[in-house]
Amino acid sequence: MKWLRALGNWLDARLKVRESIMPMMKHPIPRGAAGRMGWWYIFGSASLTLLIVQILTGIGLALVYVPSADNAYESLLALDYEIPLGWFLRALHYYAGSGMVVMVLLHMTQVFLFGAYKYPRELTWIVGVFLLLCTLGMFFSGQIMRWDPDAYWGLGVAAAMVGRVPVLGPSLVDLLLGGPIIGADALSRFFALHVFIIPALLLFLLAIHLWLVLKCGISAPPVAGQKVDPATYDAEYEKELKTGVPFLGEAAIKDALVSALAVIVVVVIAAVVGPKGPTDPPDPTLANVNPRPEWPFLWLFGLLSLSPAGAETFLMLVFPVLLIGALLLVPFIANRGERAPSRRPIAVLTVIVVVTLLGILTYQGATSPWSPRMQAWSGDPVPVRIVKNSTPMELQGALVFQFKSCRNCHALDGVGGKKGPDLTFVGTRLTRDQLIDQVSNGTPGGGDMPAYGKQISPAEMTVLAEFLTSLRPKGQPPARTAIAAPGKEQQK
Amino acid sequence: MSEDSSPSSAAEDVGQPTFSRRLLLWLAIAAGFLATLAVALPFVGYLFGPVRRNRIRWVNLGAISNFPKDQTRLETFDNPLGQSWDGVTAQNGVFVRYLGLDASNKDQFLIFAINCAHLGCPVTWFPQSGLFMCPCHGGVYYENGEHASGPPPRGLFHCVWRVQDGNLEIQAPHFPTLQNTLKDQG
Repeated sequence: MKWLRALGNWLDARLKVRESIMPMMKHPIPRGAAGRMGWWYIFGSASLTLLIVQILTGIGLALVYVPSADNAYESLLALDYEIPLGWFLRALHYYAGSGMVVMVLLHMTQVFLFGAYKYPRELTWIVGVFLLLCTLGMFFSGQIMRWDPDAYWGLGVAAAMVGRVPVLGPSLVDLLLGGPIIGADALSRFFALHVFIIPALLLFLLAIHLWLVLKCGISAPPVAGQKVDPATYDAEYEKELKTGVPFLGEAAIKDALVSALAVIVVVVIAAVVGPKGPTDPPDPTLANVNPRPEWPFLWLFGLLSLSPAGAETFLMLVFPVLLIGALLLVPFIANRGERAPSRRPIAVLTVIVVVTLLGILTYQGATSPWSPRMQAWSGDPVPVRIVKNSTPMELQGALVFQFKSCRNCHALDGVGGKKGPDLTFVGTRLTRDQLIDQVSNGTPGGGDMPAYGKQISPAEMTVLAEFLTSLRPKGQPPARTAIAAPGKEQQK
Repeated sequence: MSEDSSPSSAAEDVGQPTFSRRLLLWLAIAAGFLATLAVALPFVGYLFGPVRRNRIRWVNLGAISNFPKDQTRLETFDNPLGQSWDGVTAQNGVFVRYLGLDASNKDQFLIFAINCAHLGCPVTWFPQSGLFMCPCHGGVYYENGEHASGPPPRGLFHCVWRVQDGNLEIQAPHFPTLQNTLKDQG
């Protein structure tokens, strides 16, 4: 022990690390931020800790992973099944990355609610917004590394979106994919993005972010009535620091504890759940793929799917820019005044609305009821309950119903596609004529249902209508048109 | 040479910028500018390398007698537009439908890219209902490639094809997007 200390002293006499780092670690922070309210201040350091896990596991994976389109998939399988603990590193890289996104979002929400982005910390917030974008960029490019159909078609969707940019679209697609098709060039590009370009940017921005935290100081917990005024804030903050406590103390202990817990949680999840994919090889001719974006982008998938067709290109290309612009403008819209959430109802309401919206859209994106179930026509039989007492005509109609892939979009007893309405009791809603009209012409104006007029023979249509009108609860009569008999006054 | 400059003369230089010192400064700035351009221009040119057009490669899909009339089939081939290390991603597919002979006794084909016109996802052909369906957002197309329902703003992308010595050939398709369809690249 004595020798160790002597060695440390000998080194530090030359490196002089202590005199430059210790003042940083011991810089005073407001007393409130170290107390019980300090538990709100832990999300940033937890994000940083998970980033360190990401760097470590990322380097580990790079020792084996082959960023080449013809071998990437095999190298992932080797990591999963052959290389000792390769599966664990892959799993940890995925779940620590997910945890980092969660922590960054929580950090941002906390800073927003506490008004900590106000004077003089506007730049810290702006750099933070770009750090969020880097984190999401890492997530998207990371998904491409998992060279499976989700990666392949994720690139396809990205290219199709970029391709809609006026005039420049086609050139931007070439730049994104690095070539005319999705393949080796695209993977190499995204590998460079994931391993060199975005990490370099992220670490550079992180250095500025931390520098700003040191230079502008950690904000005190907000107190209702204590307004931020750029003219007087600096003097007030300096006064507050007179009674401050060093960061290396209660605050740092909280950070360390939560960071350790965060790491333990992602390690346990990784060990229990295991690595994500790869699913199938990235063969573009594989039928029955069902491409899905990673969870941080499910809300966008949901938003694009639920929006009217006319608004789509706007939502793809302009809306994200507006969203980022709005985030960047936050500290300029309100860089003074109250910081306490209790005095900022609009800020609190904004958080509630945004979280609710993102939550609903993410749920919609995860369940994606707008996607047809491509195997339902052959995979989900017509429930026996429905056809138990059917006439031969109705049975034939049930066959047509399955065969014409109606089931891919329409559920029976809740099983099947959810794109169109559940048809379990359609016989009580539409008459025979209305059903034939709907099937023949589809949704008017190219809506959700294709017109089957040319795809179905008269005989098939007859039995199909027979089957559909029979879809009613026991004892309930079929639907009738609501036309009053001529010459009679309409009741009510 | 370092031996020539004595400490006293160095101090004098700092005090009053001479003509030669100013010249040196401008020379350094100009050289730095030139050096930056010399690296930056080729680098940017390299980055924009993938933006290129009109690469035509014909792909042989086999004898036309292999294609039964009025049946849609998924034909797979190795796309020559890619790299030799594309692996399984080089394997692309197109839907081929032989329409028989037209009025002037020429073979007619309908050939579609596999990609949905909405966001590029792979459509599946359902021969029983005569429809193409997309698994992503439920875009549906008729057997002639026309838009039937759902979000796609247009029909399926048509590939350029020709019949050469009794074989069906297509222009190797790039990844088609709304503003860069598979129209003749020639």
